[in-house]
Amino acid sequence: MAQAFQLFEEDYQIINTTLARLLTESNARIVLLVDRSGQLISSHGDTSNLDSTAFASLSAGNFAATSALAKILGQDEFSVLFHQGEKESIHISVVQSRVILVVVFDNRTSLGLVRLRVKKSLEELSNVFENIFSKLGAVQNVGLDESFSSVAESEIDNLFRD
Amino acid sequence: MSLINYANKEINCKIVYYGCGLCGKTTNLLYVHKKIEGGTKGKLISLATETDRTLFFDFLPLDLGTIQGFTTRFHLYTVPGQVHYDASRKLILKGVDGLVFVVDSQVERIDDNIESLENLKVNLRTQGYEFDELPMVIQYNKRDLPNVIPVDELEKKLNHRGDPSFESIATDGIGVFDTLRAISKLVLADLSKQR
Repeated sequence: MAQAFQLFEEDYQIINTTLARLLTESNARIVLLVDRSGQLISSHGDTSNLDSTAFASLSAGNFAATSALAKILGQDEFSVLFHQGEKESIHISVVQSRVILVVVFDNRTSLGLVRLRVKKSLEELSNVFENIFSKLGAVQNVGLDESFSSVAESEIDNLFRD
Repeated sequence: MSLINYANKEINCKIVYYGCGLCGKTTNLLYVHKKIEGGTKGKLISLATETDRTLFFDFLPLDLGTIQGFTTRFHLYTVPGQVHYDASRKLILKGVDGLVFVVDSQVERIDDNIESLENLKVNLRTQGYEFDELPMVIQYNKRDLPNVIPVDELEKKLNHRGDPSFESIATDGIGVFDTLRAISKLVLADLSKQR
């Protein structure tokens, strides 16, 4: 199995501060940070009417498909994707080739402002994730003790049944 | 690659259902979605063609609840089985923690199953994984059909690693949860082994 992607308090706080600032400064509606395998890392903004788990999975799928298109064209990847809707638009960009930053915005702001603020946030996030990825493999899974899998097994038996 | 967030105490794992076209991968997810209680499951997303063939993937998030303080979630994905969707299939394997290989047990599909298993190994390698290192469960599906290959023969042809295997009739739900329980346990056992 691949080494688990581990996030600790300190890094997570920096990520959340950066995302919160991006949300305010860009005047966007929602900001999400998603692992390229489709798992949501963090979200900011009003997600009460948004299925953020599904949104994260589809964003990652979308980004993966577009990256594959770029490779067919002989490019490394498209670093930015933009989907324009009548009311809502989506801006997607990549951080350290491993994580994607998704900004959902409406006509209260502009693509130019979103792009400008995203660029600044990408630099900050890039530093955090460089640090996180450099620690992968060096840090043990603290907190998961030996009884974890036995407790998990009984929970699995309890929930996953007809 | 599972995501462990120590700050907000979350563990997310990705399980991918793989196998040849029409072997029953989506049917597995549909049954799980139908039977699991509301609070445990998220919305089932299907990116399918007009004829209900999987075009990109199906996605079903399951919430196991809190285990030792960690909110633990499984994200179930299927790949498109048809041969010509290989480029899409590869992408779904990114970040996979465990595999369910669904086999169409019918005599005439044996070559398709073998080809799909070989294709899985190749595609894992392109995503930087070693096939032998990933937890996997094999599901011999469509056992209710008249022209199926005996299980011991399928084991010889497809289960070279000696992985746990289950007979199933996914349309009726038989074997679906046995398979899901087995792979979920293997994935979490693997995760705690890394500590």
